[in-house]
Amino acid sequence: MMASSYNAKEEDGHHSGSATHGGPGVAKSKKPDNTAFKQQRLPAWQPILTAGTVLPAFFVIGLIFIPIGIGLYVTSNNIKEFEIDYTGLDIDSPCYSCAKNFSWNSTAPCVCTVNFTLEQPFESNVYMYYGLSNFYQNHRRYVKSRDDSQLNGDLSALKSPSKECEPYRTSEGQSIAPCGAIANSLFNDTLELYHIESNGTKNQVVLAKKGIAWWTDKHVKFRNPGGNSNLTAAFQGTAKPVNWRKPVYELDQSDPENNGFINEDFIVWMRTAALPTFRKLYRIIHKKPNTTPTLPSGRYALDITYNYPVLSFDGRKRMILSTISWMGGKNPFLGIAYITVGSICFFLGVVLLIIHHKYDTRSNSADIPN
Amino acid sequence: MAREGEDAGMAKAPKRKRQKKRKPKENKTRTVHANVLHDCAKGDENPNRHYANNEIKTTKYTVLSFLPKNLFEQFHRFANVYFVFIALLNFVPVVNTFQPELALTPVIFILSVTAIKDLWEDYRRHRSDKEINHMDCLVYSRGEKRYVEKYWKEVRVGDFIRLRCNEILPADVLLLSSSDPDRLCHIETATLDGETNLKQRQVVRSFFDLDCEFDPLKYNSIIECEKPNNDLNRFRGYIIHRSGRRDALYKENLLLRGCTIRNTEEAVGIVIYAGHETKAMLNNNGPRYKRSKLERQMNVDVFWCVIILLVMCLFAAAGHGLWMFQYGDKRPVFDVLSPEGTDLSPIMSAIYLFLTMIIVLQVLIPISLFVSIEIVKICQVYFIHQDMDLYDEETDSHLQCRALNITEDLGQMQYIFSDKTGTLTDNKMVFRRCTVAGVEYSHDANAKRLAMYQEMDSEEEDCMSHGGTLPRRDSVTSHQSARVVLRSHSTKSHRRTGSRAEAKRASILSKHTAFSSPMEKDITPDPQLLDKVNECSSQMDFMRFHSQPMSQLPSDLSDIIDFFIALTVCNTVVVSSPNQPRHKVRMRFELKSPVKTIEDFIKRFTPSRLTSGSNSSSSSSLNRSSNKGCSSLLSSPSAESTLTKLNEETPPGGLEPGFSAAPPCYDGRPSWSPEDGELRYEAESPDEAALVYAARAYKCSLVGRLPDHVTVELPHLGRLSFELLHTLGFDSTRKRMSVVVRHPLTDQITVYTKGADSVIMELIKPLDTGNSKGRRQKKIVCRTQNYLNLYAADGLRTLCIAKKVMSKEEYACWLQRHLEAETAIQGREELLFQSALRLETNLHLLGATGIEDRLQDGVPETIASLRRAGLQIWVLTGDKQETAVNIAYACKLLEPDEEILTLNADSHEACALLLEESLHYIQAKFFCSSGDQSATADFPPFEIYPPASPSSSSSHAAHFLVHRLGLVIDGRTLAYALDKSLEDKFLAVARSCRSVLCCRSTPLQKSMVVKLVRNKLRVMTLAIGDGANDVSMIQVADVGVGISGQEGMQAVMASDFALPRFRYLQKLLLVHGHWCYSRLANMILYFFYKNAMFVALIFWYQFYCGFSGSAMIDQWYLIFFNLMFSAFPQLITGTLDKDVSAETLQQLPHLYVNGQNSEEYKPYMFWMNMIDSFYQSLVCFFIPYFAYADSDVDLFTWGTPITTIALFTILLHLGIETKTWTWINWLSIAFSVALFFSVALLYNASCPTCYSPSNPYWTMQRLLQDPLFYLLCTITPVAALLPRYFYRACQSTLFPNPVQVGRQLDKLPADTRRNILSLGRLKTGSPLSPAPPFLPLAKLSPAKDPRGTPRAPVSQTDEEHGGGGPAAPARSRERLSNVYSSVSTETDTLPYTKDAPPLTDWEAPGQSPPGWTASTPLAARADGVQLSLPPVGAPQCVKYRRSPQEGLVSEHGVHPPAHRTAPAAEQSLYTAL
Repeated sequence: MMASSYNAKEEDGHHSGSATHGGPGVAKSKKPDNTAFKQQRLPAWQPILTAGTVLPAFFVIGLIFIPIGIGLYVTSNNIKEFEIDYTGLDIDSPCYSCAKNFSWNSTAPCVCTVNFTLEQPFESNVYMYYGLSNFYQNHRRYVKSRDDSQLNGDLSALKSPSKECEPYRTSEGQSIAPCGAIANSLFNDTLELYHIESNGTKNQVVLAKKGIAWWTDKHVKFRNPGGNSNLTAAFQGTAKPVNWRKPVYELDQSDPENNGFINEDFIVWMRTAALPTFRKLYRIIHKKPNTTPTLPSGRYALDITYNYPVLSFDGRKRMILSTISWMGGKNPFLGIAYITVGSICFFLGVVLLIIHHKYDTRSNSADIPN
Repeated sequence: MAREGEDAGMAKAPKRKRQKKRKPKENKTRTVHANVLHDCAKGDENPNRHYANNEIKTTKYTVLSFLPKNLFEQFHRFANVYFVFIALLNFVPVVNTFQPELALTPVIFILSVTAIKDLWEDYRRHRSDKEINHMDCLVYSRGEKRYVEKYWKEVRVGDFIRLRCNEILPADVLLLSSSDPDRLCHIETATLDGETNLKQRQVVRSFFDLDCEFDPLKYNSIIECEKPNNDLNRFRGYIIHRSGRRDALYKENLLLRGCTIRNTEEAVGIVIYAGHETKAMLNNNGPRYKRSKLERQMNVDVFWCVIILLVMCLFAAAGHGLWMFQYGDKRPVFDVLSPEGTDLSPIMSAIYLFLTMIIVLQVLIPISLFVSIEIVKICQVYFIHQDMDLYDEETDSHLQCRALNITEDLGQMQYIFSDKTGTLTDNKMVFRRCTVAGVEYSHDANAKRLAMYQEMDSEEEDCMSHGGTLPRRDSVTSHQSARVVLRSHSTKSHRRTGSRAEAKRASILSKHTAFSSPMEKDITPDPQLLDKVNECSSQMDFMRFHSQPMSQLPSDLSDIIDFFIALTVCNTVVVSSPNQPRHKVRMRFELKSPVKTIEDFIKRFTPSRLTSGSNSSSSSSLNRSSNKGCSSLLSSPSAESTLTKLNEETPPGGLEPGFSAAPPCYDGRPSWSPEDGELRYEAESPDEAALVYAARAYKCSLVGRLPDHVTVELPHLGRLSFELLHTLGFDSTRKRMSVVVRHPLTDQITVYTKGADSVIMELIKPLDTGNSKGRRQKKIVCRTQNYLNLYAADGLRTLCIAKKVMSKEEYACWLQRHLEAETAIQGREELLFQSALRLETNLHLLGATGIEDRLQDGVPETIASLRRAGLQIWVLTGDKQETAVNIAYACKLLEPDEEILTLNADSHEACALLLEESLHYIQAKFFCSSGDQSATADFPPFEIYPPASPSSSSSHAAHFLVHRLGLVIDGRTLAYALDKSLEDKFLAVARSCRSVLCCRSTPLQKSMVVKLVRNKLRVMTLAIGDGANDVSMIQVADVGVGISGQEGMQAVMASDFALPRFRYLQKLLLVHGHWCYSRLANMILYFFYKNAMFVALIFWYQFYCGFSGSAMIDQWYLIFFNLMFSAFPQLITGTLDKDVSAETLQQLPHLYVNGQNSEEYKPYMFWMNMIDSFYQSLVCFFIPYFAYADSDVDLFTWGTPITTIALFTILLHLGIETKTWTWINWLSIAFSVALFFSVALLYNASCPTCYSPSNPYWTMQRLLQDPLFYLLCTITPVAALLPRYFYRACQSTLFPNPVQVGRQLDKLPADTRRNILSLGRLKTGSPLSPAPPFLPLAKLSPAKDPRGTPRAPVSQTDEEHGGGGPAAPARSRERLSNVYSSVSTETDTLPYTKDAPPLTDWEAPGQSPPGWTASTPLAARADGVQLSLPPVGAPQCVKYRRSPQEGLVSEHGVHPPAHRTAPAAEQSLYTAL
């Protein structure tokens, strides 16, 4: 990488002569030991950063990074992604009315349907996300507002949640389960996807709701109190979060493995997003066993049970369909970054080469007369 | 003192009125009663019970007080308070960010590390205290009526203690009895002041005549003395006997704690001060604490960090307020209400957030920086300690770092203030010449012998065997001889110059004898003088036997004999015999105490006067004298006759036991008498020893010294015993010492005075030019003065010897007042001083001596190399101007082609005028071409190096640079120049001179000069000295260096660093100073960068979390990042990094300028680092940001890669800044990375529910499976470090600084490098001249070629040495031997000759561009200017001219007599005798 040499000083052992003369008489002498360490003569690599020594590094970096970047870019471009905003800001949009008269506690769900067309078929597994914008899940007080012990099924925490959950800790004298602001603001829109075939019939696309959370979250971090048997009893004496319509043990009554604290939608929500614009995995559309694409191109209808208000904070709600690659979702940035950095390195390498040829003649020790 | 009152107050004993009344009295003095008078040592009755007992406790803490006291001390540090405040802030719920307990960990960690260190130190002190407290000593017990063994801690004030030989004193003890027949006790005070010579202590006078053994039960006196104080050299008090008689007590009566009893079988004393009130303990002050320049600069930047922190916090707070405000009343779900469920107004939230942000961003103020710096400094000190090159084999001592925290200051020195004697010179005085009665004896043979010493190294084995035969103390003999053999063995492997061998021999000797090197001892007498001495003494012998009055002796002969008597008598040298080491050689013929009272005096002197009246006094005294002469004379052929005489003279009874108590000494006498040569002299100053040895060469040897007698052996006359009446010790104000003796031959009371010529010459009896004797005297004085000037010009230290014969009346008159002075308690010193002044008048000049103080090894090279390193060297000495100037030439402080401005003024006005003229002269000489005359009117602030002004790089760029000028100023002028009104002018002159020499300066002046330069020029100053007179200077300077040499340890005690030799200063400054500075500077900068970079990551995040103070980095990482993950590599680099190798640094001294100009750490560098850190953090933040934008990543899964990336970036950044990679560096970086990942993995696997809020369970594990993580970790550090890497490469290619060139030199093969370096020495001027920063080495080639051939032989010899270590020492050794050999062949008697300065010898033929040394970085002049400078300056009124024939001629060089009319006291000059 850099012109360098191991400069093991040959003089190292030289002075040792006088030190080793020591007999018993000299043993008491305060003379310092002649070791390479104590005399600060450890063999060392001494790179000198000059144009000449550094420029290979730049070329090498450039040559490695540009291909990687191209590879990443191509990979990212091969990912198919479809995104649709259903916030309902426009008066034209189907969800406009739902967006207008929102309320956390309205009993009658507002349903709207958004139609869209996929230009290209989606092969392999398709991941369905909901995306929120301007939602500061990373707010300091928001992030803290949870009780992991309670979510882990700890019975004492269930009854008396952590103080961090304040002011969503108790409700009408009963402790809230799950407590805290994160749980309280659980995303509660329901999305259903229909494929509208050319003849107009709506075929519901099968959305798998399991496997969307981290395995460790589902199996280690989150546990229902008292096992999974009879959640109703287990959650006896607790209150539902203020904004929720139903208690936690009714999140998914169809599947006891997905109910209560181990409901995967809940788990996904509880993993607070890093940035104010984020998406969270909602469902997975598994690849069909036959060769037909998972989502063939064509018209689709998205049925939304519009519960989640975002207009108050200027937020947006989106539904995203995406395939993924080994490097995750569609994001051309990394490829571009690699290409850019690689090119810059290459360019700087050229600059250094010029500098080296013009100015840096010194490293050539042949110039130095002996 | 306060303690005394405290103790008294604390005593719970019922207070009686009597006691209360006595209290005010007790505040002034301490009264000590003997404990044996009272029943119980601890009872209420004991009047001594209020005094501290002898148990010492130096520990700071007790078990209970440790925690509060230690914490209290630690909180004196502002940083600790700050961090504790922040940690506590975390406990406030509204603002907290971390788990409060977690936030406390770093603070607790730091505090506990310090606490553990303190505890350990304290424990060690406790252990040593315990050990000391449990030492045994003999204390008299009333009950058992004998001395019983007790622990030290049980000793109380008022106890009687019996001390045996070689015992250590447990407390300050008043000596009451000694087994020594002279009632003496010898002590070694090495532990107190490091002086190894024995000191005599006397039994209290009233107990002096006690014949039998001292019986404590009979003691019933009361001692009144001063309160405990820390003045080792003062003790005043008196003892009140039952009879009401009072006797004064002196420091001679007090044995100090910690000293060792020597040469005395047994001594008994009463404890006066015990435990913490002993003088030794009161003198024990803790280590010094200084703050280095780098640290001061760092603190400024810490302050900037605080400001940046506040700005960031304010920005975030404002942002948060606005963010809140935009939502208005619609409260979003993620904006959680306060725990009480209340809504916070945006303003309140902003205020809370401000505090939160301080917690989150606290890392910006580097908590670990302070700890790290301390660790690094300790390591640096360790390495400096371990450096073999700073180890002195002769004395088996190495450099001591006494101040642990200013190592980096060593790399930034700009001014060096050096003492001369003992610092530049060996302080091994060699008698060289003398003038007696106006006749000069040049001692040519002596000079030749000295020259021989230089060539001795080949015959080192010889010397070794010689050394081996030297007797030494029994206890160490075996060890020593083993050592000698080893030494002779080792000499083959490295040859040193002769002086080294000599010093080695000296070291063997000096183990036993203070200040006696073989050079002092072996003095070849001048044959002419020897003849005269013989002639004279034989005449005297003849006259004595024929009872002729001695006054008939021809005056020149009597002068000669008096001269030598003065040399032997007028000193404080103690004689010891080598056969019985540390045992005094005793010659007792008369047991008579010196005149101590008036009655005594009358008894002893008046009978003759009273009986025979004044007119007959002479005859009667003559009678007496003949009697006396017989009695005191020992030259008679047989010893028996003397013995019989002695027996006759000895008063019967009484003294007999005392006599028999010391039989070995007495019986031993005949055995050593034929071999005088083996007598050892232990002198307080090397000059004294040199003079005594010189006198011995003329067979006038000192054979014994008792408090009241000095025994001298003279040729033909044999042993003479001089009754020593008084010794008026040397002091720096009087600059002379005198003894009053009764001459055994003439029975006259004679005063012998020896002192600085300037003072003695003024005290010479005004001569009546009328008679011939007076004229002769006057001629003698004149001639002597001439010779003195010559001696001084030769660089010899001059002393004048004078005598005065007093009549009995005069003496009686003087004695009366002297005794008054002696017994006074208040102002005794002043009175004694006045008394001495009264005595030392109307002297008769005997002669003068010239003593050579040889330069230490390697001093000229060291000075030359330090000067090339851009250091200004000032020498401040107490010596005569001429002596100092010559030494300055010898050590190359002044160059022969330099002009010298000499400032000698005897009034303030004259001084002002001189300074004015000098300024004008300098202007005229150096600035005339610039045409910028205004600059001289008011000098702009001084800068040694023009601050990067390449535009004015012509020869005029040297404005206020240092010119080829030397300034010599004497003490008196200095006193005027240091006046407020003149100091600016003085500095203006001094700073344009390359070297400054202040002669005859007092210790106070030395420190004033240092202070002036330090404060006015704002430069870093280093003071180096070896003696007590340098202490004040050492303390004032930024860095004080003590030479652990001959003159005791005071300088070392006051210093920050103690060196064995001056030449080690070169490596200490140029190598260790440079390294320490550059290491620490880089480390500090790196710390700032690291913290800013890490903290900025969080700051950028605030833009994406609504300025809510949220952090994506897990709190654990946040807190331990600095403490653990990134801590080790920087410590390693800070400790081990070497930018340039030691060899190159020493051979290219101008690399030192790097540190002087603080080039590693300039203020702008802090900001550049800050900008770089912000850039890097932006990259490290935004690459992950965009890579994860709009994805389902959660907060901490996103934050963990950022932490990892930041760690990699920070480590790689360190890698770019690391210049030397040893395996330790690799290991530390690998360790850091491994530590981070293992901690992260463990932490993320440890607990699924803990560590709220991040709850990072399995995060790292998941990330490690994610290819994106690796991709990020690759690209981000590269992108972040690209600019710095590129900049470093370009900068070192396009604008390399000298240090980088030095590094490139290091890369070259060793022999090539040496060649270039030797060439580079000739060209050193160029690298630092502003325009071309450094001549590319390739461009040196044309210049090199022509010189290639002549240099060949030199490099050849280098190759011979090549196997053996660095080139520089080899070469300098080579050159050194050249010089010595050339000197030895020279016919001149001096090693440094007047007309041919050694410089010419140093330059190998063919490589002498005129004054290459002059082309130092300081003098960026064109060659033309340099050549036009004549070696002998143009006549100028303040010019110092050097011409070979005349020696030194200068208008002011030789003091006209008029100068000396000023009273001596006013001059307040100081010459170290």
